[in-house]
Amino acid sequence: MNNPQLNKNGELQHLLTTEGLPASILLHILNTAESFVGVTERDIKKVPLLRGKSIFNLFFEPSTRTRTTFEIAAKRLSADVVNLNIAASSQTKGETLLDTVDNLAAMHADMFVVRHSQSGAAHLIARHVRPEIHVINAGDGRHAHPTQGLLDMFTIRHYKSNFHDLRVAIVGDILHSRVARSQIHALTTLGVPEVRVIAPKTLLPAKVERLGVHVYHEMAQGLKDVDVLLMLRLQNERMLSARLPSTEEYFKYYGLTPEKLSLAKRDAIVLHPGPMNRGVEIDSAVADGGQSMILPQVTFGIAVRMAVMSILAGN
Amino acid sequence: MDKMRLPDAEQLLAGLADVMRPDVTANTALVGIYTGGVWLAERLHQGLGLALPLGTLDVSFYRDDFGQIGLHPQVKPSDIPFEVEGSHIILIDDVLYTGRTIRAAINELFDYGRPASVRLAALIDRGGRELPVAAEYVGATLVLPSDKMLALEKDIDGKLGLSLYNKNSPGQ
Repeated sequence: MNNPQLNKNGELQHLLTTEGLPASILLHILNTAESFVGVTERDIKKVPLLRGKSIFNLFFEPSTRTRTTFEIAAKRLSADVVNLNIAASSQTKGETLLDTVDNLAAMHADMFVVRHSQSGAAHLIARHVRPEIHVINAGDGRHAHPTQGLLDMFTIRHYKSNFHDLRVAIVGDILHSRVARSQIHALTTLGVPEVRVIAPKTLLPAKVERLGVHVYHEMAQGLKDVDVLLMLRLQNERMLSARLPSTEEYFKYYGLTPEKLSLAKRDAIVLHPGPMNRGVEIDSAVADGGQSMILPQVTFGIAVRMAVMSILAGN
Repeated sequence: MDKMRLPDAEQLLAGLADVMRPDVTANTALVGIYTGGVWLAERLHQGLGLALPLGTLDVSFYRDDFGQIGLHPQVKPSDIPFEVEGSHIILIDDVLYTGRTIRAAINELFDYGRPASVRLAALIDRGGRELPVAAEYVGATLVLPSDKMLALEKDIDGKLGLSLYNKNSPGQ
């Protein structure tokens, strides 16, 4: 099957989803990111790799953290970065998505980082642009958020050394989560033998088992012997229908408290893509506790995005 | 593989250590360039009994051919575990050729700080310079046709050896 993310040599041309990417490409990104971690710890946190390249952050949906980390990553590679907050721009005047892209391409863009509320928006742009332009999906609808999935893999490998003997549980609003989909595809491709999802039935997509995960509806069973907990944000802004009685009730059954965390392995680590809803999906005692790797995730996220950008720009 | 007789890498390394020994002081720091240069630097660091910890550089993020060939598939983390500011550094590489790797290495070093001096040691100088770069310490000079690639290799016992390949040929 033709994978729109790969060029004719099988190299990464765009990063749109972790689904369908071979383990070799995922590992290449993680290994390259290891080298960028050292760069970000120096006094001069910059390498000249993408000097003269223009990277456009196209954010059709609000985001502070993801846009900022992409911006920092691009700047640390010496690229020129332009941030477009399109919700407040031409599209409100009626310009189509591809007209916006064409105009920016005419300004000699080398790379687009795209965040959009519609699933498939980054694919659409990737199929449309000239072959020398690269596209990174920074989150499209419920579909994918591959750099978040990859930075989670990087964090897991950093603290757990390898993927081959891990039990990983993804907890929370799987239904609306592009992060969960990117995590599941990456975890299974990298050889994690047991991936669990823990959520109420109303927050799970139909036939989620087909993705190769084990389904649990209760934390007590789901967290038993788990090495890694991937918490998800309860997506208030996506809750169009009343799927939950209340956030208080959600916290009672699925909120990660120290008591629930004690059901997992003693050395289990806790990750969260941010922004956190304290007291909804995670208790402050866990978020700020010794097993939380939530802030290292943010630091590693910059190195992972630097790796993706430099690999794409070189292919 | 070429039939041309290549010098013994272990002997050259011993000779290189001998010419470097009179110059090393308590402030001398060695920095090996991946991959062959790191192997040599590890051996020299031990053999010369240096006090400052060994540094390693992977110059992939500073190469001038990124636009032509893209990112190297196996980038190693650079590690400079000493204070570069004011230090006396000897860069170690296996084969000195165009000088472009050394240019990249010097640029990377300066992103860690301003060294007091930087010198270069190479096991082999094969000529063919494209930049004004010269080595202070050389194991041997060798004239090779431009379609040949000279590579340092390490066997399972850690013994170093030189091999010659045809450029663009698979299998290396």
